[in-house]
Amino acid sequence: MKEYPVLGKKDTRSGFGDGLTELGKTNEKVVALCADLIGSLKMGDFQKNHPDRFFQVGIAEANMMGIAAGLTIGGYIPFTGTFANFSTSRVYDQIRQSIAYSGKNVKVCASHAGLTLGEDGATHQVLEDIGMMKMLPHMTVINPCDYNQTKAATLAISKHEGPVYLRFGRPSVPIFIPEDMPFEIGKAIVLSEGTDVSIFATGHMVWKALEAAKVLEEKGISAEVINIHTIKPLDEKAVLDSVSKTKCVVTAEEHQLAGGLGESIAQLLSKSLPSPMEYVAVNDTFGESGTPDQLMEKYGLTSENIVIAAQNVLKRK
Amino acid sequence: MHEKVNQLENFAQQVRRDIVRMVHAVQSGHPGGSLGCADFITSLYQDIMNHNPNNFTMDGKNEDLFFLSNGHISPVFYSVLARTGYFPVEELKTFRKINTRLQGHPTTHEGLPGVRIASGSLGQGMSVAIGAALAKKLNNDKSLVYCLHGDGELQEGQIWEAAMYAAGNKVDNLIATVDYNHKQIDGDIDDVLPLGDLRAKFEAFGWFVLEMNGNDIKDILQVMAIAKAKTRQGMPIMIIMKTEMGQGVDFMMGTHKWHGSPPNDEQLANALSQIPETLGDY
Repeated sequence: MKEYPVLGKKDTRSGFGDGLTELGKTNEKVVALCADLIGSLKMGDFQKNHPDRFFQVGIAEANMMGIAAGLTIGGYIPFTGTFANFSTSRVYDQIRQSIAYSGKNVKVCASHAGLTLGEDGATHQVLEDIGMMKMLPHMTVINPCDYNQTKAATLAISKHEGPVYLRFGRPSVPIFIPEDMPFEIGKAIVLSEGTDVSIFATGHMVWKALEAAKVLEEKGISAEVINIHTIKPLDEKAVLDSVSKTKCVVTAEEHQLAGGLGESIAQLLSKSLPSPMEYVAVNDTFGESGTPDQLMEKYGLTSENIVIAAQNVLKRK
Repeated sequence: MHEKVNQLENFAQQVRRDIVRMVHAVQSGHPGGSLGCADFITSLYQDIMNHNPNNFTMDGKNEDLFFLSNGHISPVFYSVLARTGYFPVEELKTFRKINTRLQGHPTTHEGLPGVRIASGSLGQGMSVAIGAALAKKLNNDKSLVYCLHGDGELQEGQIWEAAMYAAGNKVDNLIATVDYNHKQIDGDIDDVLPLGDLRAKFEAFGWFVLEMNGNDIKDILQVMAIAKAKTRQGMPIMIIMKTEMGQGVDFMMGTHKWHGSPPNDEQLANALSQIPETLGDY
C-alpha cells in the first residue's frame, strides 16, 4: 500500500490558526470572532495583525453567531471560533435561523471536537456536532485529518459562498497530507487503493485508518483507505466507486454513530448499493475525563478497532 | 410637520387595513402587535430611514438598515415594505399561503426584497443588527442600523448578551426599539415574567435610552430625530416605545387575546369600518 511518511506532529487547530493568519493577509473581507478562547483556537495572530477585523465577543456564543450573520450584510466573511460544543449544540437555533436558513456566508470554526479534548470531560467533548450540522439545509460540514489539511480547508472555505462548519481538534497528531495537496470541498481523497474492504475515515481517525490498513496488509487483506474530509456534501461517486470494487465497508470517526459519517454512507449505500458495513464510532454514550489516548481506547476508536471491524465485515461479504 | 404627520397617519391607516385583511384571509398570523407598530414602521420607512426600495441589495451599502427581530409582526412589515415599493402591493394577498415569498415569519429564503435576515425564533435580531452595524463601520459607511424587538422578546437571554456587547464595544450607529405594549401570548408581561425597570436596565448596561409614544407619529418623528442626533457618540441607543396592542381596532385593544388570533368575517367588517381605506386596498 501507499506509504505516507510522517512529516511532523501538530494539532489541527494550529492548521486553522495558521490558515486564518494567511487569510488575514490575503483577503481583507475575512473577519474573525471569538468567544473568549483566542489561545485555544490559535486566533492570536489574526487578532494581533488585524485588530479592526477581530471581534472578541466574550462568553456569549449566541450573540457571536448573530453578529457573524450581521457582518455578512456588508460583504464580510466571518470566521467564528470557539470549542465545537459551544459552536453547535449551544447555539443550534442561532445557526439554524440567523445563518443557515438566512443563507449567510459564515464559517463556524470549531476546535476541541470529540473525545481527544481529553481531561475536561464530557461537558466539553461534543460527539454529536457533525450530526447536528449536517442536518441543517445549506450547511457544508468539513472535518479535516491533520494540520496541513486543516490549513488548506481553512483557506478553501473562504472561497466557498455559504455557511460552513469546520471541525478540528486539540491533540498533536501526525502530519501526513502533503502541504501542497489542494483542498477541494466535497471531493474525497483515496489515500491508499485496495480491493477487499473500503475504509472511509474522517478527522483524527484517518491516520488510524492508514495504520489499520498496514496491519490488514500484513494479514493479506487489501484495504482501500478513503479520506472523507467533507461529510456534507458527501462525495457519493467516490463512495460508490470504491464499494463497487470492495463490496464491504468500514467507517471510522470520532463522533457518535448516530448522525455521523457512517450514517451518511449507510444512507447512500442502502439506496444505491446495499453492502455489509461496520462502524467505528462512539455508540450512544457520553465521554469522560482521561488522556486522549486512553479515551480513544476506552471508547473503541483505535486502529485495532478498525482492523477488527474490517475482519468482521469481510466475513459478512 | 403637520402635513407630513397627516400623510404618515393616512399611510399607517392603510397599513392597518392591510394587516387585518391579511390575517383574516388566511385565518392565521399576528394582528395585535402588527397594529401596535403600524405607526412606527410606517414612520421608519416613509420618513426616518434613508433607503432604496427600488434597488434592493442584501448589503445595503450607504443605506440605513432595519431588522425586525420580533418576526411574528410580519403583517405590518410586509404591508409597509410593499407600499414603500419593495415589492408589488398585490403580493400581500399571498401572505402565509403555499409558495409565497411572504412567509409566516420574514425570511431571506424566498428572496423577498426588503428582508435581510430570517426572524421568528426570538432574541436573535439585535445580534444581527450589531453585526451589520460593525460591517458599516468597517466599510466607513455612515448610515445607521435600526432594529425592533417585542417586549416579551426581552426575556430571551441573547438580547442581554447583545446589549452588553453593543455598549461595551461602543456600537453607536445602532438604534434599537422595544415595542413596550406590556402583552405577550400568555398574558400581561407582569404576569408572565416582569421586565422590571427597563429603562434602568438598559442604562445600567450602558445604553442611551429614550422613551416615546409609538402610536403618536408626531412623537415618533421628534424622538427619532433626537435618537439620530445621539448616534456616533459612543453609545448604542434604545428607545422604549409604548404602544397599544391592537391599536386602531377597538375590540383588539387592551387585551393580549389578539396577539396571534385572526378576526372572523363579522369582526373583519367591524375592524375595517373603524379604519377606512386611504391609499386603496390591494
